[in-house]
Amino acid sequence: MKKSKVIIDGKDLVKVYQMGDFEVRALDGTSIQVQEGEFVAIMGPSGSGKTTLMNVLGCLMIPTSGKYKLDGEDVSDLDKVELAQIRNQKLGFIFQSYNLLARTPALQNVILPLFYDRTSPLTDEEQQEKAVKMLEAVGLGDRIYHEPQELSGGQQQRVSIARALVNDPVMVMADEPTGNLDSKSGAEIMELLVDLHKQGVTIVMVTHDPEIAAYTDRTIHLLDGKVDREVKNGKEHS
Amino acid sequence: MKPIKVIKIAWLALLKNKIRSLLTMLGIIIGVAAVIIMIAISAGTEATIQEQITGLGSNLIYVSASFGQGRPGEGMSSGGLVYDDAFAIADQINGVKGVVVEQSSTQTLKAGDVSLEDVTIMGTTGDFPSVRDMEIASGRYFTQNEIDRTTSIAVLGSSLAEELFGNQDPYGETITVGGTVRLTVVGVFDEKGMVGDVDYDSRLYTPITIVLEKMTNNQFSRFMGDRVRLIYVEVDETVGNDGERTLDDVIYQISLLLVKLHEVTLEEADFVITTQQDIITTQESTTAAFRSLLAWVAGVSLIVGGIGIMNIMLVSVTERTREIGIRQSVGATPNDIRWQFLTEALLLSLIGGLIGVAAGVIGAWLFGQASGMRTVIVVTSVFLAFGSAATVGVFFGYYPANQAAQLDPIEALRYE
Repeated sequence: MKKSKVIIDGKDLVKVYQMGDFEVRALDGTSIQVQEGEFVAIMGPSGSGKTTLMNVLGCLMIPTSGKYKLDGEDVSDLDKVELAQIRNQKLGFIFQSYNLLARTPALQNVILPLFYDRTSPLTDEEQQEKAVKMLEAVGLGDRIYHEPQELSGGQQQRVSIARALVNDPVMVMADEPTGNLDSKSGAEIMELLVDLHKQGVTIVMVTHDPEIAAYTDRTIHLLDGKVDREVKNGKEHS
Repeated sequence: MKPIKVIKIAWLALLKNKIRSLLTMLGIIIGVAAVIIMIAISAGTEATIQEQITGLGSNLIYVSASFGQGRPGEGMSSGGLVYDDAFAIADQINGVKGVVVEQSSTQTLKAGDVSLEDVTIMGTTGDFPSVRDMEIASGRYFTQNEIDRTTSIAVLGSSLAEELFGNQDPYGETITVGGTVRLTVVGVFDEKGMVGDVDYDSRLYTPITIVLEKMTNNQFSRFMGDRVRLIYVEVDETVGNDGERTLDDVIYQISLLLVKLHEVTLEEADFVITTQQDIITTQESTTAAFRSLLAWVAGVSLIVGGIGIMNIMLVSVTERTREIGIRQSVGATPNDIRWQFLTEALLLSLIGGLIGVAAGVIGAWLFGQASGMRTVIVVTSVFLAFGSAATVGVFFGYYPANQAAQLDPIEALRYE
């Protein structure tokens, strides 16, 4: 492997929410770096700011102050439209509750990011082929026309992983990806993420579960909006 | 995103809620159908009126008595129109082709065993068939000579002839009118049909002198003598076309003549002159008012339909908040979201508009069949209604679409 590139470079990130007369500093000077190809877990008790950090890193909101470079591009001061385009081209999302479009076939769910990609050189047929390939990669090649309500939780999460990968993102953000799953399906999903990691996909995962965090290379612990400590997990789960 | 894809997404979204989409469209459907049906009815009415007016004969001037304005107290000379006025007009005014005086009376007829009550006896003059556009089917019409001599003859309307004599030729038969007056049938008119609410075929036509002298049987009528209510003047086709005389010139000539004969001034004229055109204009302004009233009613129903669309779209935006969040998370911009919902609203109103056009055309036809009223589908009304539906869709769809576009992706994703 060549010298790895920095995908996430956040410096002194601050996010302040105004709640009436009170100010809540959800992020209070968080600095974080993630290298290309890393699998990182963000942990912390509720109220530690991990969801806010995930939203900032996922370009769903901009920080109140601080600098955030994603894939070498400063994204800390973009407007709604630019953020949407960054999400579309550089990021993939995996949510706890899957967030698939209801009553819409798996294939259409997976194609969705390509739908909003103005720069995509792919034709409709090529987009379709790519989405099918992604579904095959997550082991759902025989269920591409199934709608979410016809799939198990684990299968739905696989569809959402396929959707997160279809636009070749520089990073996948996973928010409690196993939170709604039983332990067996949860373990399968984690295996899949580890597999993807091995193929070189950069993954940042938010979780409160140490066992899930143990699948990753490195765990960043947050407390009161600051990085409390970082732990190298030292072992590769396989 | 390509427009075709946006339309496809919107279409799929509508299909997911078929019943709701249909109910949403209902307002637009009713609105568009209402516009088309109402305009079809008013256009049909207009066409019918137009036909009736032309059916009366062309180039007609109506001189009618206006008792209110005259001064009857000052002697017999200024109490409205008299029979002789008609001859004066015919003799002295240039450009007059024919003059007809009508005086009617309602009487009981008897011919052989058949007896008919309440038959209109129309006393009239020699130009009647040409001015009124009536053709003689058999026999002949009466002459001026016969009118002057108060000859007891009659020409029958076609349905009256059939009622009295069946298939028999009525020529030479005798009809007893009001028990005392005996008239000999000399001819029968062709079928004319209804003109306005007047059935020309059920009448008996006789020289006006007969009616004036033998059938005005009450005191008032006798006192009035040879007064008539209405003189019809048919003007030459050349008037208004040859550049020498206009219709207004002829009307003015008639006014001057009558004023002189009645010994009044123009300001005190005891008659009113109207033209075919005046009647058409009056009718047109009436139907125009009627039509604009209908258009307003229909327009209001379209707006109500639009509010229905806005209502449902707002509910839909709230209900699909999560979907919006998902789309935003994978890169949909506010514009993408706005277009998606606007397209849905537009599709709803356009499809509703199409169904409304179909319903309107069929509805207008059914209404015509059921009521016997004439309806005419006006092509511009179809485009107007359809265009209004589209406008309503955009107008009332914009606000909900904008609400959707401005949702915050994080909030939207968290929405349960």
